[in-house]
Amino acid sequence: MPATATQETVEKTIVDAIAKLGPDADQVTRDATFEQLDVDSLDLVEVAQIVEEEFGVVLKGEDMEQLKTVGDAIDLVVSRAS
Amino acid sequence: MTRRVVITGVGAVTPLGVGARQLFERWAAGESGIEEGLARCVDFDPAELLTRKEQRRTDRFAQLLVFAGEEAINHAGWSDGPPVEPERVATVIGTGIGGIQTIEEQHDVLRESGPGRISPLSIPLMMANAGPAALAMRYGLKGPAHSTVSACAAGADAIGTALRMIRSGDADAAVTGGTEAGITPLAFASFNAMGALSKTGISRPFDARRDGFVMGEGAAVLVLEAADVAEARGATVLGELLGYGASADAFHITAPDPTGGGAARAVKSALADADVTPEDLAYVNAHGTSTPLNDRSETEALKAALGEEVARKLPISSTKSAIGHLLGAAGAVEAVATLLSLGERLAPPTLGWEERDEGLDLDYVPGSARPLENVNGRAVAISNSFGFGGHNAVLVIAA
Repeated sequence: MPATATQETVEKTIVDAIAKLGPDADQVTRDATFEQLDVDSLDLVEVAQIVEEEFGVVLKGEDMEQLKTVGDAIDLVVSRAS
Repeated sequence: MTRRVVITGVGAVTPLGVGARQLFERWAAGESGIEEGLARCVDFDPAELLTRKEQRRTDRFAQLLVFAGEEAINHAGWSDGPPVEPERVATVIGTGIGGIQTIEEQHDVLRESGPGRISPLSIPLMMANAGPAALAMRYGLKGPAHSTVSACAAGADAIGTALRMIRSGDADAAVTGGTEAGITPLAFASFNAMGALSKTGISRPFDARRDGFVMGEGAAVLVLEAADVAEARGATVLGELLGYGASADAFHITAPDPTGGGAARAVKSALADADVTPEDLAYVNAHGTSTPLNDRSETEALKAALGEEVARKLPISSTKSAIGHLLGAAGAVEAVATLLSLGERLAPPTLGWEERDEGLDLDYVPGSARPLENVNGRAVAISNSFGFGGHNAVLVIAA
């Protein structure tokens, strides 16, 4: 059963996932861009897999291409889940 | 006139430690990196050099290589970049298998969680050319780059290929070597199933009691430069890569030709390429795997290629007696060991050699290291590498 996707739960999952990829956790803020964090398309696929497992939200390649910041990713997942 | 190619930097990560000097000095002192029948790089910690992101994006076989590469690049004095345009630096790295640890891990993921959970990094982690890709990106090397894959001859074939690239004018310098991290459940079981591994867990090449090889892991890198490039920048030259020869047995997929014919042709062709005679040699760094078949056919090959009289006089030792068999990295690690041995004018011993086998009657340097004879201004050696598939590669090195 997927977890309920609220702003808080999604933010925690995504920030934790990105922090595991390499950046320090305190750098992973809503406003941080993936470029700043050195997070590329391969990394984002991994984040998408974690999101799908946690919340049952499927993100496709074209969804990911639009994402610029951590906040963009959080908002997209929350809106898809509702 | 053929362009001469010199060696200006070396690096190695082996079961004897992190660093090329560790490899040579500990082997020459008679120390072994084999524990409980395996030769792992126990001192190796990827976090000492690689960021978390870099560690996640490289299989162990590429991580070992980056450490060896960093040492070699610094050793050559290339820390601020290569001495020629980066487009003129080739990167050629041998491997026998590639990222098999990743393959096994991701196969577990596939079976347990399905295809949707496979890591998007699987391919870049497992691909056999991940090594040269990692080095080229890290150091901004923009010349030709690829991997050579010829089982246990891959490291030597890589170095020989790099030599040819510089001679032909495709590059002015090269970062070359080999890497392997194949001590995994599948690879171990596979080599074991074919009866290649030592049941006693002892690597004792050329000894009558030898019963197979001991699996090892590691990497080595050499920085090669056209002699004119090295001279122009006043580089410290460690030695010269004089020649390379290769051949195929076309005999059996795993067993060597018992006459050593294919290997002998590779030795002869390497000597001809180097323009040296068997009489010029001071040392042979043998492939010497500790398998019943290799050590016998290699002995035959050396007699055939060098002539019995010369072959009997030469000190012949196997690095694998100290570090096991590093598969696709072996040729590169042994080229580094050979170079440093020549530099110190010393033949390190074949550890564990005690009992003579019938027909295996050459001088395998038992006991302890011995000063090289036949040194005339420079010392010249061959380093042999033979791979499953019947691939033979031989390097001629001088220092």
